[in-house]
Amino acid sequence: MGFLSELWKGLRVTGRTAGRTIFGDGLVTTKYPEEMREKPQRFHGRHVLNRYPDGMEKCIGCELCAGACPARCIYVRGADNPEGAPVSPGERFGYVYEINMLRCIFCGLCVEACPTEAITMTHLFEMSTTNRNDAVYTKAELLMGVDGTVPHMFPDDPLADHAELDTADGWLRATAPGGVAAYEGERSWQGTPGPARWDPEPDQATRDA
Amino acid sequence: MDTVDVLLVVGRVLAVFVLLLVVTIINVWLERKILADMQSRIGPDRAGPWGILQTVADGLKLFFKEQVTPRKVEYGIYLLAPFLAVIPAFLIFMVVPFGAPITIAGREVPLQGADLNIGVLFVLAMSSLAVYAVVLAGWSSGSKYPLLGGVRATAQAISYEAAMGLAIVAVVVFASTQAGGGTLSLAELVERQRGTYDQVFPALAPVARFIPRWNVLPQLVAFVIFFIAIVAETNRAPFDLVEAEQELVGGFHTEYSGMRFAMFFLAEYVNIFSMSAIAATLFLGGWDGPTWQGSAPAFVSAVLPTIWFLIKTYALVLVFFWIRATLPRLRYDQLMQLGWKRLIPAALVWLMVSTAVIGIRQFGLPWSQ
Repeated sequence: MGFLSELWKGLRVTGRTAGRTIFGDGLVTTKYPEEMREKPQRFHGRHVLNRYPDGMEKCIGCELCAGACPARCIYVRGADNPEGAPVSPGERFGYVYEINMLRCIFCGLCVEACPTEAITMTHLFEMSTTNRNDAVYTKAELLMGVDGTVPHMFPDDPLADHAELDTADGWLRATAPGGVAAYEGERSWQGTPGPARWDPEPDQATRDA
Repeated sequence: MDTVDVLLVVGRVLAVFVLLLVVTIINVWLERKILADMQSRIGPDRAGPWGILQTVADGLKLFFKEQVTPRKVEYGIYLLAPFLAVIPAFLIFMVVPFGAPITIAGREVPLQGADLNIGVLFVLAMSSLAVYAVVLAGWSSGSKYPLLGGVRATAQAISYEAAMGLAIVAVVVFASTQAGGGTLSLAELVERQRGTYDQVFPALAPVARFIPRWNVLPQLVAFVIFFIAIVAETNRAPFDLVEAEQELVGGFHTEYSGMRFAMFFLAEYVNIFSMSAIAATLFLGGWDGPTWQGSAPAFVSAVLPTIWFLIKTYALVLVFFWIRATLPRLRYDQLMQLGWKRLIPAALVWLMVSTAVIGIRQFGLPWSQ
């Protein structure tokens, strides 16, 4: 009865796994709401619209993010900056900015497409709603405050972790600002949303020396 | 037959009923927990401590759910089938002795729903009756997947019932050589497995007096065949072709919802427990075990046999779960092959070998006289 010995082989596998789960470290489940797993540094979470240190919005309403978006979930309309009270340093600013989080696939192509680093991603992923309309994030919800803090959609939620919103996904770490891999690590993404503050790049001679 | 007798009978039946319900609640939870352990998961842990109330929560949910009835069902039989599943499941356990006889109000009370003198036949009859529930549910649903499940149940039950019956015959023949002659009463079969092997082999007493006289040792082959057959008989993995979720949606119970589905579910788990209990009774000595009569308090000695019985039964129930976590479902032709080409011939050969050995032991070699 050869099948009995084969049966025993299989039973040993499941038995060993059960033993590891009960007595050892075989358990792979984390009890999500109670214990959170540490997220990878480049986790792609909710988007945020950044400002410059002086409070100006970085978004110039160019719609490159909307063009790059494979899910077509970003809707941008630019407008000329008001005379005398500019919203962004450029000629135009993002007048309407909406992201449909139900369609977004969190690929981060909008972040790569943005010429001014206006849109970046944070580590926040708890965005479930009971209403489809709430899943469309408007500019008011995406834009950070003048002080650099990002508004949380559900500040009263027991799961709300504000630190997640202050952590950028840091995709720029992999390459240099110019996209040339040889310059990797020379000027790193700062890791937090908000005003980018970094020292100017050294010139070629200093770098080669 | 006075009032006390009637009360005792009613009490016994109620005790069996409650025991089966409680055991089912625990078994469903236990199975999910064990499956989880074998798959490196946690399993249910939200309802009650360690999630033990999960079954109660699920049961309550099913109780309050709508019972959807498809338009094309054969209504009377459709309603009958769940009851046909539950009633035999409970009846099977009625003949299983789950403890040593105890004395209440000066009367000897066997811990058993009913001590039938044809207990073994009753078990076989009820376990075949349970198949009708599946077949009728599949047919009366008026839908293709349940029908396929029902058809499979027919073929599966026939092929494995034969092997199961032959394995039991070997045990009955074996028991019939002992003092008192042949018997089909489960209580009597347990009684005959009490004691140790030094009664049979006095020469080997130093070793044999530690080996209980359970049928599993001389009838090991019958035990293996019987166990495989009861796994198939209760439609459990790897023989769960009847419900085969991946191919047949839910199999025979696809069109059932709410309490009607819950009854099928209940019947399945009661059947697992009853069949394990019968295997423990026939092969593992039932409630037999050390009770330390006299040296331990009377209460302990009275309860211990039930505990031994539950331990043996649960050991077999755990194997059910273990096998479910391990083996993939058999293909239909593999199921038929295992049944007709392996188990039934093996059971027949074993019956002949076992009977021949018993005969030689009792009457000597035919040419030696």
